[in-house]
Parts: sequence; C-alpha cells; structure tokens
Amino acid sequence: MSTTMVRTTPTRSASPTPPPPRTRRSVLPYTLLLPALLALCAGLGYPLVRQVVLSLQGYGLAQQFGRPAEWVGLDNYAEILGDRYLWLLVLRSVVFCLVCAATTMVIGTLLALAMRLMSKPVRLLVQTGLLLAWAMPVLAALTVWQWLFDSQYGVVNWLLARGGLDYEGHSWLIEPLSFFFVAAVVVVWMSVPFVAFTVYAGLIQLPAEIIEAAEVDGAGPVQRLRHVILPLTRPILLIVGLLQVIWDLRVFTQIYVLQNAGGVTRETNLLGTYIYRSGIGEGNFGVASAVAVFMLALTVVLTWPYVAKMVKDVDA
Amino acid sequence: MSLTVPLRTRVVVDLVGVLVFVACVFPVYWMVNTSFLTRREIRSPDPTWLPLGGGLDNYRRLFADDGFVNALGISLMVTVGTVVVALLFAFLAALAVSRFRFRGRRSFVVTLLVVQMIPAEGLFISQYKMLDTLELTNTVIGLSGLYVAAVLPFTIWTLRGFVAGLPVDLEEAAMVDGCTRVGAFFRITFPLLAPGLVATGVFAFIQAWNEFTLALVVMTNAEKRTLPVWLSTFSDVNRGTDWGAVMAGSTLIAVPVIIFFLLVQSRMVAGMTSGAVKG
Repeated sequence: MSTTMVRTTPTRSASPTPPPPRTRRSVLPYTLLLPALLALCAGLGYPLVRQVVLSLQGYGLAQQFGRPAEWVGLDNYAEILGDRYLWLLVLRSVVFCLVCAATTMVIGTLLALAMRLMSKPVRLLVQTGLLLAWAMPVLAALTVWQWLFDSQYGVVNWLLARGGLDYEGHSWLIEPLSFFFVAAVVVVWMSVPFVAFTVYAGLIQLPAEIIEAAEVDGAGPVQRLRHVILPLTRPILLIVGLLQVIWDLRVFTQIYVLQNAGGVTRETNLLGTYIYRSGIGEGNFGVASAVAVFMLALTVVLTWPYVAKMVKDVDA
Repeated sequence: MSLTVPLRTRVVVDLVGVLVFVACVFPVYWMVNTSFLTRREIRSPDPTWLPLGGGLDNYRRLFADDGFVNALGISLMVTVGTVVVALLFAFLAALAVSRFRFRGRRSFVVTLLVVQMIPAEGLFISQYKMLDTLELTNTVIGLSGLYVAAVLPFTIWTLRGFVAGLPVDLEEAAMVDGCTRVGAFFRITFPLLAPGLVATGVFAFIQAWNEFTLALVVMTNAEKRTLPVWLSTFSDVNRGTDWGAVMAGSTLIAVPVIIFFLLVQSRMVAGMTSGAVKG
C-alpha cells in the first residue's frame, strides 16, 4: 500500500520471538489462520498470479467488445523490449529513484548526525517538525506543495521574485526537468523524517565509550565520523537506503497528481503512471501487465539480499 | 547521550535545526493558514501570513460541495470496514502464530515478510480485473477487501509481537483457579492486549484513510471517490482552483491522521529502532 506500513516492518523483524509455549496437534491454529489466509490469497495471491497471466495475453479492440483475450506468449515482453519509449521510461524511473533516494539519505543522515549535537529544546523542535511532515497524508502534502509552487499565487514564486529573480508567473510543471524537481521535493520532504529518525535512533544507541575512546586517542570529529560512527551505523544505513530505493522506484501518486495539475504526461511518465495510463486508461492490459511484472521482478532483485536476511532472522 | 559540544558548533547546529523545523512545518502551516483566508487574500499578489481577517467560509463551501461530503462518507465506510475486518483477522492469525506451534507456521511468517515488499503499483491491473469480473468495482466492499489484504501482513506482524509479549503463565494461573481456557483468555489476556489492538488499528486506519492508488483504480465512478481521490481531482488545471476550499479539505483529511500518528508514533519509533540496530 503506501509507505508507512512498510516503513515500520523491517525493524520488528529482528525482535526475537520466544518459542511458542503450547505444542500440540490440533486444527485450532489453522482455523484461526483461515480468515487471514483467505483474505491474503484473494487480495494479493490471486492478483499476483493473474498479473503474470495477463502479461501473456493480448488485448485489443476485439476484447473491448467482450471477446476473451488470446494467448500471445511472450509477445508483450518482446514489444516492451523493442519499444524505445519504454526503455526511456525505465531509465527515467531509475534516475528519478536514485536521485530522490540519495538526496533523502544524505539529508536524513546529516540531520540525524546534527540532532546529536543540538541543544535539547532545538532537538525537540526538529523532532516535532519531522513528525508533522511524516504524518501528513500524501495527498494533503501534494496539494499543499502544488499550492506553494502555484504559478500565480504561490509562495515560492513570490519569494524568488522578491529575491530579484524573474519568477513571476513561472510555471513549474510544464518543463519536464522542473516538473521532476517539484516531484522530488515532495518525495524527499515526505521521506526524510523516516531516515532521520531511524538513523538518529541508531546513533544514540552506539556505545558512548567507543566514541570517547576514539576521542581520547586523538581522533578529530571528521575521523570519528569516518572511522567509528559511520561503520557502526552501516547496517541501518544500508537497510534504510534500500527501502528508499524500493519506495522511490514505484512512486506513483506524486507523479500522477502533478501530471494532472499541468505536467506533460508523455514526457513525465514513470513506470507506475505508464502502467496506469496504458492499462487502466487505454485498456492495454497485456502490455501494461508485462511492464508491471517487469517492475515486480526489479523489486524482487533489489530486495533479495534484504529479504533473505530477514527470512534468516525469523526464528520459527 | 551526553556530548560535549563546542559552543560555536552548537550555535551553528541549532540554527540548522531551526531551519529544518521551518522547512518541515511551513507547508503544514500554510495549508491550515490558507484554509482560513478569504478569496481576496488568497488571490492577492502578496501572501497573507496569518489568517487574521479570515473565517470559516472555505469550510462552509467545502461542506456545501456534494463531492466532498460524498467522498467523506465513502472514505469513512472504507476505512472503518478495513480496520474492523483487518483487526479481527489479524488478531486471530496473531494468536495462531504466537500461541501455537504447527506445520507451516514458519512459512506463513516468512510469507508475511516477503509480501510486504510487493509494490501495490505492480498489482493494480490484475486487482482491477479481478474486481471487474466479480462486479465489485466502485463498491466499498471491493476496495475494503483489497485494503484488508494490503494491511494484513503488517497488522498480523505487529499484533504477533504484542501477543508474544504477554506471559502465558497468567492465563494458566487463571485456568488453575477454575477459568476455562476461553474464559482465561478473554478475562486475562485480552484486556492486556488492548493497547496493541489500538496501535495496530490506528496503523490500519492511517493506511486506508490515506491510500490513493487503489482507490483511483477501483473507484472509477465520481460518486464513489474516496477523499484522497476527490482531493486529486479538485486542483484541475482546466478550471481555476479554489485554493481556499482545497486547503480546507486537505486540512480536514490531514488532521485525524496527524493526531493518530502522534498517538502511536513513540511505539512505532521504539519498535523500529530495536530492530534496525540489530539490522
């Protein structure tokens, strides 16, 4: 679904579960599991299978008049591979994702490091602000940012114009590059709190003695950061970074809403919006499904190391 | 942690902190502020920083808008339905997973973890086709069903932690004192579990209330829009946007989420850190 759900999950995974106390053969546990299992199979399992099936079928004009879809084997995939626009989409999605994820990680980590050095009231202020930004529903946040970047009455243009720049009436969404800039601002603004909080939580759990020892040994602040603090927080940074990449790769809402607010669709499409517009919008289910399956595969490849580690940690 | 920081560093860092605070809070503030401004103030060349001359006009216009009221109703139904069903299913499943040892238990837990990595954006076409076949598009039941499936992995996972944290001894003691097993469970364990159920329910609420993509895909009929979908159609380029009413709508959508989020966040951050450090 959306982000916060996944956001909290990885973390609980590592908390050790005591072995279940009651061991006996009975149908009771299966009965208890049944409703959840059925819901999961109907809502996720079946669609997952159907998605793959759809990607092997052809949808055209005839199907819109009720003819059943035909099997076309891997034709849809061949079409994707041969389509330059789709390659461009993949490239664009990956670049957008990496830029957003990297920016979020850098800002979030720097902020976490800075939070350690802040005086208490300021740190509390920052944490309150981060929580507010984190809690904002995507659509509410998107709408406010659109209003801030509004060409006529937006505060951003007003500020830039006051600063002596020629931004009066400037439209941010028409140019693809500036469109993606606005989208990235929203994505980063919404993602930084998670990174900052998680990394900060990791930092304050570092044993103070180690850092003090490094200080006694004459390590300056930069050396302490490079040789002590960052290596020790590396596991957290890796996980958080990976999650950012996954979330930013599948970004849909921000792009879709900004497109409707004035972006040029073809020039600003990413994988998610393409799947929606060609699949749901134009009834091009076969090809859109193939792109979706490609996206699923990409996610699996990216998350494999992380998931494998989580699975190993589950002591059942 | 007690860190001795040189004064100059602290001043610089504190300044940065204040700037970050402004960057985080300003959009939220601007949303609330605009929602109270008059149309003239919104359309003046210079921004109005405080809603001193404003009023509730934007909110009045909002509630006079059938689209909003309708979407509010749909959103409430979908959200409540999702929370109730997901909590019930997750509770039963969490019991099974944390109180029993059975074949397939580990596979189930692993599946819960893996499933959460699936991007919703990769599935919505087949989910749409499925609901279409069942004639459940544009229905509260159809959308809630998808939401239940989407939040279940996480809710089961969280509740499992809460249930596992409760000592079985208490229950057993009650059984020694003459309680039946079911009685012991509902008198002893269930009340202790209430905070966990509340926290998990809040998560499910936030997810269902905020969700956009599936709602957009499934609720194609304008009368069946949820609040986020309604909000996305409001700021249309082709007609002049009524920013006052849009911001009033955004505020109303955001406020319950922010309140709920603040209520459960300490638990959430604590849960996150304990795991993330072991990474």
